[in-house]
Amino acid sequence: MTALAPGSSTLAERGVGPLRSSGIFIGRSLRHALRDGEGLTMAVALPVLMLLMFVYVFGGAIQAEGYVDFVVPGVILVCAGFGASSVAVAVNRDVTLGAMRRYRTMPIVSATVLAGHIVASLLRNLLATSIVIAVAVAIGFRPTATPLDWLAALGLVAVWILAITALFAFIGLVSSSPEAANGYGFALLFLPYLSSAFVPLETMPEALQPIARHQPMNPLVESIRGLLVGVGEPPVAISLAWCAGILAVAAVLIVWGFRRSRDR
Amino acid sequence: MAEPLEISGLVKTYRQPVLDYLDLVVSGGVFALLGPNGAGKTTLVSILTTLVRPDAGVARIGGVDVVRDPAGVRRLVAATGQETTIDDLLTGHENLVMLGRLLGLGARARARADELLEQVGLVAAAGRRVSTYSGGMRRRLDLAASFMTQPYVLFLDEPTTGLDPVSRRRVWDDVRTLASTGTTVFLTTQTLDEAEALADRIAVLRQGTIVADGTAAELTALVGGQRIDLLDADGRLVHSVETDGSAGSVERALAALAPHQRGLQVSLHSPTLDDAFVALTRDHEEVAA
Ligand SMILES: Nc1ncnc2c1ncn2[C@@H]1O[C@H](COP(=O)(O)OP(=O)(O)OP(=O)(O)O)[C@@H](O)[C@H]1O
Ligand SMILES: [Mg+2]
Repeated sequence: MTALAPGSSTLAERGVGPLRSSGIFIGRSLRHALRDGEGLTMAVALPVLMLLMFVYVFGGAIQAEGYVDFVVPGVILVCAGFGASSVAVAVNRDVTLGAMRRYRTMPIVSATVLAGHIVASLLRNLLATSIVIAVAVAIGFRPTATPLDWLAALGLVAVWILAITALFAFIGLVSSSPEAANGYGFALLFLPYLSSAFVPLETMPEALQPIARHQPMNPLVESIRGLLVGVGEPPVAISLAWCAGILAVAAVLIVWGFRRSRDR
Repeated sequence: MAEPLEISGLVKTYRQPVLDYLDLVVSGGVFALLGPNGAGKTTLVSILTTLVRPDAGVARIGGVDVVRDPAGVRRLVAATGQETTIDDLLTGHENLVMLGRLLGLGARARARADELLEQVGLVAAAGRRVSTYSGGMRRRLDLAASFMTQPYVLFLDEPTTGLDPVSRRRVWDDVRTLASTGTTVFLTTQTLDEAEALADRIAVLRQGTIVADGTAAELTALVGGQRIDLLDADGRLVHSVETDGSAGSVERALAALAPHQRGLQVSLHSPTLDDAFVALTRDHEEVAA
């Protein structure tokens, strides 16, 4: 009976630091994502379908020439929102199904499990975004961006994904069940429609215009559009400010939510 | 030298007191805490594993205070809870390897995982996702997870609740093997037979405090031995006498019956947990009075 020779490490050595545990948890979340074939397919297929639908079904009616150039930035942001919402479910599973209970009793910074979910979501969504852009180019999207513009646009998308992913991580922490966490995902999916993502603001009813103008998606869509197809001055600073604001609020909420989820 | 577990004056109140100035010292071996639903077993284990903060009192694991130095305590303990803490989307092997790496085993995690999967009899299922496991298999995997690196104190919160008798025995065997190397085991259970099968020492938790504490034999002595119950046609208890289970004692009990009682049903019964609680709380009150 050798099996339980007192572990290979002494008690004092048990555990790893937050960087190492983040890395392990990122690996875990990526493995979840790869294993969840349906989810991954949906995360890519849905935005692609949406792109095709807007360009070929609504495109003719909304704005004839060059609508694909107009609509791609919006679809990219919808894609990001859609992908991020799955984090709420992933985090909630950990909280409600018991895995978190074990992590909290282990000699690690258990909150790094959230880092795993968030980083994996970021990578997964950037992959989906790249595929959407590739499809867009295939059907006639003709960006005029320089490599630097591309970098700025993708950076902006990444920051946006990070911000809403963090928000969804919080929702996952405080939701009562994975189903409930999933439900909240829909809320953010509406935001892009109430912005200049799909139709110019001027075509909306006057009462809606101020709301549509002063929500984060609007400067983001305009920034990405400006950077990629060179229409107007991209309001990058405002977009970054929105992302930073959302990220800050999400961080505070996560700290609060993480404590709260302890006593459940 | 500090004891593996020292608790004094521990208080936790939710809507009503759950732990009420609880005192307890465990000096090693396998210790079983016996209590009915809602007695506060999970609450106590949660406090000792740093999941929940007590309202008052002190608890130390190997001299390390659970409130002042939770990180220190987490280095010493492992816990397998009433609900499994395993990741459904990963395989059994992946689960153990990941937990091993989190515990700092690094590249040694794989070998250790293989070793433990063999011990708990899950080699065949090791490559399958845990979502396809039965309740008993999950429980065993969860148990193995707590041993990726040997803990100083292992907490097992109702490790066999909801398992069939065969799986139950399997888990008992695993606990015995895994605990045979010096880890102090703190086990909670609702059943006397489980406590008896595994523990060197048993305590009974009732109304937030320990009402009895001793070896299985000492507790059974408190509860009393087997009883012969005589029941009428409607199943009502007419008469009950204590017996040591020998033929002679049964004969004497039956000989004492009046002729008209000869039609009664005889039933021999061993003390149940219910009997234990009744007896133990009564004793407790007498001592207190
Ligand atoms: N987070 C909580 N909020 C409010 N009440 C709680 C909480 N946790 C436990 N309780 C209450 O504390 C009491 C003890 O619960 P606990 O889960 O510790 O019992 P237990 O002995 O583990 O029971 P069981 O055998 O059913 O697992 C119960 O009355 C329960 O309702
Ligand atoms: Mg319990």
